[in-house]
Amino acid sequence: MAAELSSSTLLAVPLAPLAGAIIAGFFGRYVGRRGSHAFTILGVLISFILSALVLKSVALDGARFNQTIYEWMVIGGLKMEIGFMVDGLTAMMMCVVTFVSLMVHLYTIGYMEDDPGYQRFFSYISLFTFSMLMLVMSNNFLQLFFGWEAVGLVSYLLIGFWFKKPSAIFANMKAFLVNRVGDFGFILGIGLVVAYGGTLNYTEAFAKADELSKLTLPGTDWMLLTAACICLFIGAMGKSAQFPLHVWLPDSMEGPTPISALIHAATMVTAGIFMVARMSPLFELSDTALNFVMVIGAITALFMGFLGIIQNDIKRVVAYSTLSQLGYMTVALGASAYSVAVFHLMTHAFFKALLFLAAGSVIMGMHHDQDIRNMGGLRKHMPITWITALLGSLALIGTPLFAGFYSKDSIIMAVEASNLPGTPFAIFAVVAGVFVTAFYSFRMYFLVFHGKERFHHKPYPGEHEHHPDDGEDHTPHESPWVVTAPLVLLAIPSVLIGYMTIQPMLFGEFLKDAIVVDAARHPAMAHLAGEFHGAVAMALHGLQTLPFWLALAGVVVAWWFYLQQPSIPAAIGRALAPLVKVLENKYYMDAFNEKVLAAGSRALGTGLWKGGDATLIDGMIVNGSARAVGTLAGLTRLVQTGHLYWYALVMLLGVFGFMTWRLWPHLTGLFGQ
Amino acid sequence: MGSITLGHVLSLGAILFALSVIGIFLNRRNLIVLLMAIELMLLAVNLNFVAFSHYLGDMTGQVFVFFILTVAAAESAIGLAILVVLFRNRASINVEELDTLKG
Amino acid sequence: MDNQAALFYVFSAVLLIAAFRVITARSTVHAALFLVLAFFSASCIWMLLQAEFLAITLVLVYVGAVMVLFLFVVMMLDINTDQFRQNFWQHLPLAGLIGAIIAVEMALVLMSGFRVSQAAPVDPRLAEYGNTRLLGIEIYTHYLYPLQLAAVLLFVAMVAALALTLRKRKDVRAMDPGLQVRVKRSDRVRIVQMAPEVEDAAAPEAPAAESSPGQSPKGAA
Repeated sequence: MAAELSSSTLLAVPLAPLAGAIIAGFFGRYVGRRGSHAFTILGVLISFILSALVLKSVALDGARFNQTIYEWMVIGGLKMEIGFMVDGLTAMMMCVVTFVSLMVHLYTIGYMEDDPGYQRFFSYISLFTFSMLMLVMSNNFLQLFFGWEAVGLVSYLLIGFWFKKPSAIFANMKAFLVNRVGDFGFILGIGLVVAYGGTLNYTEAFAKADELSKLTLPGTDWMLLTAACICLFIGAMGKSAQFPLHVWLPDSMEGPTPISALIHAATMVTAGIFMVARMSPLFELSDTALNFVMVIGAITALFMGFLGIIQNDIKRVVAYSTLSQLGYMTVALGASAYSVAVFHLMTHAFFKALLFLAAGSVIMGMHHDQDIRNMGGLRKHMPITWITALLGSLALIGTPLFAGFYSKDSIIMAVEASNLPGTPFAIFAVVAGVFVTAFYSFRMYFLVFHGKERFHHKPYPGEHEHHPDDGEDHTPHESPWVVTAPLVLLAIPSVLIGYMTIQPMLFGEFLKDAIVVDAARHPAMAHLAGEFHGAVAMALHGLQTLPFWLALAGVVVAWWFYLQQPSIPAAIGRALAPLVKVLENKYYMDAFNEKVLAAGSRALGTGLWKGGDATLIDGMIVNGSARAVGTLAGLTRLVQTGHLYWYALVMLLGVFGFMTWRLWPHLTGLFGQ
Repeated sequence: MGSITLGHVLSLGAILFALSVIGIFLNRRNLIVLLMAIELMLLAVNLNFVAFSHYLGDMTGQVFVFFILTVAAAESAIGLAILVVLFRNRASINVEELDTLKG
Repeated sequence: MDNQAALFYVFSAVLLIAAFRVITARSTVHAALFLVLAFFSASCIWMLLQAEFLAITLVLVYVGAVMVLFLFVVMMLDINTDQFRQNFWQHLPLAGLIGAIIAVEMALVLMSGFRVSQAAPVDPRLAEYGNTRLLGIEIYTHYLYPLQLAAVLLFVAMVAALALTLRKRKDVRAMDPGLQVRVKRSDRVRIVQMAPEVEDAAAPEAPAAESSPGQSPKGAA
């Protein structure tokens, strides 16, 4: 007997952070800094507690909810409504979002304490929480799209938070515009579903999936669902930063670190993964779309990992790591292992948020210097940050028993069991990616926390760094408790949550009704279920598999290169200089985007403005018609000579003409005789 | 009038009318001669009416001439009054100088 | 050819020549006099067409009044007619062409349409009443209303001619009350600032002459 969830509880979940956002945003000056953070944290805390209760109801009591809260418009039979669909997938997302948001809110008290835009920041992150919750709790495409756009908007606002910095403004425009390209595909996908399915509601649309699968796109012989799913996935590519729409994520590091943790690691970028998982009834019917998803994910997973190797900004390393891990999730989606992808989404949210916040703590300790070549030996000075960062990194590389191990190895096994055409490349990508991930993660770890202390005389000062030898003590110290407490709170699930939840999530009832898998055509999950013998057994077995050895090799090589023999990486860099150059230029994609797409769009705009608007419309139509009237009038006025005889003459000619016209039949008759 | 048909008289009227048209063309500058040419036109028309009245045996034609005469007289009077006032103001009846309404 | 036809041809010739001279005369007075001749000839033709009343009216009204008026005006306005003759004959070809075409067209139509060769049977009442009386009967019975209108028209013409040429006497002292009533204060009074005029010796009555001698008492209302 399914328990009931009340709609007012569910409404309170997104509305509490919204209330906090409004108070901090509009009344920030009146409630002050303490009031702002108090109200917003209260809002998110309420949201988290209620989400936890909902999760308990859903997981333990089997409660479900799928109702319309408010129908706000009906156009020609198409209903536009606000509604919630709460099942296992939603409940899990709600908890992840609210928990990470709560941690970030707490963290921000310490991180942004010197910033003049304190209240504005809290308002934005609460607003983000509201938007993300509306997105995941939605039961129809329109609300999903609303949430989608809203998180994109708040991301834009937050990336450009320090709006006086030109690089921040450049980054936020880039993020927004690239997202827009994805959104274009997304809305095409929604449009196709609505046009042929006739409804915006998920349940009704999915019920029609079978009959939709028989339709083709008009004018071609492609399956309609293939086109729709690929278009929907393009939206996910924009939001979840898959190749080639990934270019905005590294630049988004211009924003303050808390938002990198919240938005660009744990929640917004996972919206695309969540959406594809939610749409699994549609995706299962199109092998082409799934293949496309898998290949894109594989490309992202591997090639973004390569870029992570040569980064020197601590946040950029973690950013490329995020891109690579999103690629992993996408590959899992392509292999029809939706629950594995969502599982990895959850574990990744925890340890990636942890890594970002730890990086932020390091940045705070280093007085806002982000270059890892200037760090080293920080483990003595920032112990809590060090331990939690180590735990996060171990989780990331897939150390057995840690959260990341369960999710990552599940992905690798699922891909190996897939039967789509792109599988060989995907297998290579995810397996090779394990080595690359371990290598760059521990490169960063060793350079920051171990080795010689380089921050006394920074070898790579930035433009706004004062001279290193000015006698000041630059030794970093541990961050305040508001910063380290979230780190500890995030480290706990990074270690434990994989072990605890793999069985119910992947092989239990938790996601059974949220995700649809066609087991006959896509045997990955069935294969995994057959191989699973419990979490401990999986960990022990994992010690004997290739990914484990690759990860270990990656750690060892990083240790060797960066702690023992630092000259080797420099020598390799010189030997492979052209390759390094390509990596440093991010495969020249930014250059291409700027020089071809952006400059081309600007040229098109200028051309249309000068040629179309100014010349054609202003010149020919508007001014031209005025000039034509003027010219015509100028010619006509010549008739008005002012002379009497002229008028009399014209009158006579008129009489003569009239006479001839009236008498024409007579005259022709006369001459004919 | 035995051999004079209606056609003869009408032709006379036509030629008279044509003459007055030519007169307007030729005398475009002299306002008084313009008025005189108009009188000639009216005379031609009157001639036509009288001819029709005679040859069709209907008095209506002559009634019409009666009224045309009235109107022509009125028109000449006013036309000449205008001419006089014009000359008073402009000291000239040269039509070419009256072009202030030029477009 | 019987007498009437011969007379008709003679009068027509005179008429046409006179008309031609009207339009080509060098002097305006000559043109007016030729027009008088044209009217006389037309009157004679009308007599031949048995429209006696109209023939006499033509002479009386047209020649006697209208042409006299023309001559008055021509002689009153001292006009230099040389300017009118410049480029006179230059326009003859075009004028002649137009005129000829008009004449030919009209003649063609009239010739083809109206082939009445014989005069209609004479109205028996004509011999009994005479043309004048017959015309009178026609006008005063069937066309009474137009007659009244014509009278009003003449009246209007008379008033119009008077109104156009009326000149006011210059030595009249009468006032237009309408103008008096429409006067504004600003038309009559103007306040001017002036420095006081100080007398040297007898200073007691301090001349507070801020208002100028220009301030006249308001006009007689």
